[in-house]
Amino acid sequence: MATEQARIRVLPGFRPDPLTLLGLLFVALVVFWLGVNFVKDPSDFYSLFLIGLTNGAVYGLVALGYSLVYGILELINFAHGDVFMLGGMLVATMTTSWGLAGKSSGVLWPLILLMLVIAMAFCATINTTIELVAYRRLRNAPRLAPLITAIGMSFILQNVGLVWKGARPTSVPSILPTGEVFSVGGVAYTWNKLIVLLFTIPVLVALIWLVQQTRQGKAMRATAQDREAAAMMGINVNRTISFTFLIAGALAGAAGLLYALYITNVRFDEGFRVGLIAFTAAVLGGIGNLPGAVLGALVIGLVEAFNNGLGWATPGSDWTQSIIFSILILILVFRPEGLLGERTPEGA
Amino acid sequence: MFGNLLAGIRARWPEFEHETRRRAVRGGIVAGAAFLILALTGAASLSLVVTFAVALALYVPAWNRLPRGRWVVVIGVILIAVLYPFYQANMFEMPLFGGFPSVDTGVTMLIFIMMALGLNIVVGYAGLLDLGYVAFYAMGAYTAAWFASQHFSGKNVHFGSVGVNPAAPGIHISIWPVLFIAAIFTGVVGVIIGFPTLRLRGDYLAIVTLGFGEIMPQVARNGDNLFGQNLTNGPQGINPIDPPGFGDTLNNATGLPADYLTFNTTFLGHDVSSVELFFWTALVLVLFTVFCSVRLRDSRIGRAWIAIREDETAAAAMGVPLMRTKTWAYAAGAFFGGIAGAYYASFKSGTFPDDFFFNISIFILCMVILGGMGNIWGVILGGGFLAYLNQEGLGNIGGWLNRHFSGASTSSDKWFTIWPHDIDVPLYQFGIFGVILVLVMLFKPEGLIPSERRKAEFREGVADEPFYDVQH
Repeated sequence: MATEQARIRVLPGFRPDPLTLLGLLFVALVVFWLGVNFVKDPSDFYSLFLIGLTNGAVYGLVALGYSLVYGILELINFAHGDVFMLGGMLVATMTTSWGLAGKSSGVLWPLILLMLVIAMAFCATINTTIELVAYRRLRNAPRLAPLITAIGMSFILQNVGLVWKGARPTSVPSILPTGEVFSVGGVAYTWNKLIVLLFTIPVLVALIWLVQQTRQGKAMRATAQDREAAAMMGINVNRTISFTFLIAGALAGAAGLLYALYITNVRFDEGFRVGLIAFTAAVLGGIGNLPGAVLGALVIGLVEAFNNGLGWATPGSDWTQSIIFSILILILVFRPEGLLGERTPEGA
Repeated sequence: MFGNLLAGIRARWPEFEHETRRRAVRGGIVAGAAFLILALTGAASLSLVVTFAVALALYVPAWNRLPRGRWVVVIGVILIAVLYPFYQANMFEMPLFGGFPSVDTGVTMLIFIMMALGLNIVVGYAGLLDLGYVAFYAMGAYTAAWFASQHFSGKNVHFGSVGVNPAAPGIHISIWPVLFIAAIFTGVVGVIIGFPTLRLRGDYLAIVTLGFGEIMPQVARNGDNLFGQNLTNGPQGINPIDPPGFGDTLNNATGLPADYLTFNTTFLGHDVSSVELFFWTALVLVLFTVFCSVRLRDSRIGRAWIAIREDETAAAAMGVPLMRTKTWAYAAGAFFGGIAGAYYASFKSGTFPDDFFFNISIFILCMVILGGMGNIWGVILGGGFLAYLNQEGLGNIGGWLNRHFSGASTSSDKWFTIWPHDIDVPLYQFGIFGVILVLVMLFKPEGLIPSERRKAEFREGVADEPFYDVQH
């Protein structure tokens, strides 16, 4: 109804409401700011762009997990970021204890793949266990109950990390090749960055295929839409939800591996920080929407990188977190359906 | 009037007697067991006997069945709290927890109880999950810092301040009006934050408040250069902050202490120290908060909050203005958070950005949930207990455990070795709070002392799902 009216009004000419105008003005300012910075120092701009893209890809993997779980249970799984962190810690342990630092690439790559499989299995196990132990009993409780439980789980996992690796960051040996792939404007795009990106895109495609094309995906979508009706149609709802947590956990494990190898250190509270950023990304893209989550994550990654590094009229890294959370608040208040998502009842 | 009361008591007597007998059995068994354990672990002393006598006197007679009987328990608890500094030093040692909390810890406990009561208005009454309550606490603290310290050294404003050289630079206003200013300021900020965000439901609102809670400490940390203004003095924080006090004039006229920090007198053979003044003042503030909470809960707006919590759609259909009602809940919650923050800043004589990180919001939320959302007794219990754990309880527990079970222990109390090195229990405080959150949610979601109404909601479920999905 509302959209039809709007369309009728829009037809004679472009007459957006003041809020949209304000938003467009803001976007124009941002573009202007980026433009000036680009002209002032193109090579800086390129390198920050690449860093942002890479960080964004890691955030994207985490954000996909948030989006999947939210899509099916409408639960913000706060513990997700901490599962990711535990995966990173496992990778840190394996890299050091297997002595991967000096290995030749013939031995290195199979081992990295093995680590990937182990990390994914590890995080998937944790995530499904959390669902089984903490969230399943609260399926029919008031909405606040599972949310609070998720926060509690997040604190518990953080402290598991704290017990495991201590309060100081654990450094991970740098084993990804750092050779140049190609260069833009004198700035080299190195392999370790490309690997992160090369990993995220196929995962996204595979995930979309899984959700859209397979029988299991159909069950997931049905469960997300109406749990009771899905159960009546013979879908095993509990198993479907467990499967979703399994996939989300595996993604967190993969992200943990990439993050640990690319950033080369992990810390017990890193998961919570990255988790919040990834959640912001998922909301920005439209929570429940898989390509949206990755798009949002790339945007957030770029915002972070540009704000940390650009020279002209930039608030600087002191303010990065505030900027990211301001984006979160603005999006939730003015466009709760996100960039690509559908409008949910919460935001109505 | 007394005749009425007596007649009332006579009329309710059988009921009272019946209930008292029931409680005597239950209380007797629990108290007997607890007494035996405590006495056998070496806590046997006069104070133990008196403690149990007082507890049983408050619990066993069914005071609430008599007309005006509720007041017996309330006044009893208030008396126990007021007299705490007098008997604290003579109390027995508990196993695991060690001694009773010091008066200093008591002040912190009371301040956190006040914050928990404020958050309870938002979460417990109105059912709006606020994950950024620390923002209000921070704003209260910084308001105190702005109006009662040397921070704005360009200005020279003095108004009833105590313990400050009249020539000292900065704005120095007496703490009492500052508490009020802080409350109003945070209340207004609560409205400003609430206005755009309260349209959102459930978890979306929680996330927005979380966002504010995350932005706040960063603003505090970077606030030493906000558009050229030094608002928060950055990571160093602002200190010292002026102490509370009533000034010499009021001191002469009424005998109220002129300056808390320099106060020293003897009362009933007990040296009254400044921290005890802070304790009693905090107690007065808590009582004020409790009074407001009760009156608000039973008022028109309080009933509207509860209606919204139980079913937003139905409440709106009954004519409850959702936005306005929710905004009032936010403002009321922020109001008490602001007072507590300002008072805490004055007590600690400083405010630092690191005091306001996200975990504190969860800590306060944990108090509300552990005690029982919506129930004032529950929130007081939860707030006091968790603040105590945070301040000294966990340290004591850790010391006790390490003494008995650590391989590094050289104490004669050592039982057997479970872990080789001492464990730093307070380091894992938030993990412990996480465990509390999860366990409470899974097994007793209505909290330790639930309000009857809230309990029913958790047991039967509420219609907080919208009736239909908006699909366009």
